[in-house]
Amino acid sequence: MVAQNIAFGIIAGITVLAALGMVTTRNIVHAALFLVAVLGGLAANYVLLAAEFIATTQVLVYIGAVMVLFLFGIMLTRAPIGRIPQMTGASWPVAALSALALGGVTVYALIDRFGTDSLATDSTVFRTADVSDSVFSQYIVPFEAISVLLLAALIGAVVLARRD
Amino acid sequence: MLLNQFLLLGALLFAVGVYGVLARRNGVMVLMSIELMLNAVNLNLVAFGLQHDVVSGQVFALFIIAVAAAEVGVGLAIVLLLYRNRRSIAVDEFDLMKG
Repeated sequence: MVAQNIAFGIIAGITVLAALGMVTTRNIVHAALFLVAVLGGLAANYVLLAAEFIATTQVLVYIGAVMVLFLFGIMLTRAPIGRIPQMTGASWPVAALSALALGGVTVYALIDRFGTDSLATDSTVFRTADVSDSVFSQYIVPFEAISVLLLAALIGAVVLARRD
Repeated sequence: MLLNQFLLLGALLFAVGVYGVLARRNGVMVLMSIELMLNAVNLNLVAFGLQHDVVSGQVFALFIIAVAAAEVGVGLAIVLLLYRNRRSIAVDEFDLMKG
């Protein structure tokens, strides 16, 4: 338990610092690399929560595929490589205030409601087979809907980005 | 481990993502911040799934990962289209609907 808490502290610290770096850095490629650190930290958190299939999917889909998409987007929009002076809009104080208010209210509500509830230690560890059983029986209709959604997104992206 | 430590981490990441969406000028950076918010929600789902001993939390997290992948594909296509038409992806320059 102690080892898990130490691991969580290190991972959470890295994740939050990388997230703050992502929204404050002036270099857009650095922002993408900070996002990789955040996604990797979250994958480690899923392992701590005994959800190893989610962690694997996170690494494969986000760090593997989505990050490549983002780098393509950065490249194709010809973002200047290096420091950009105008990375945040003029309304950033309002944005910071909104984010602080939202975060403050959420943190207060969570501490008020869940306090020091400990994570259930006697819960069953769901193996990948259990997850797939659930996806293909109880959640078969949402699963098929996701398939159609991915197809629609694929066609939509091609139609939008095609050069006529 | 406490349940709250994961929930608080998720709340912090979500707030940071909200700041990124509202403050950043670059369209690609806005999409990255949206990914951050979706991931914060995923952490909550997995933590509550473990707490309540149900597999649904992990299943929903998988669905959100799939939806986020679709979202970023279409979003980047839209950003590319904007860049092609306006030679800029600074989101505060797209104010055509301002009276």
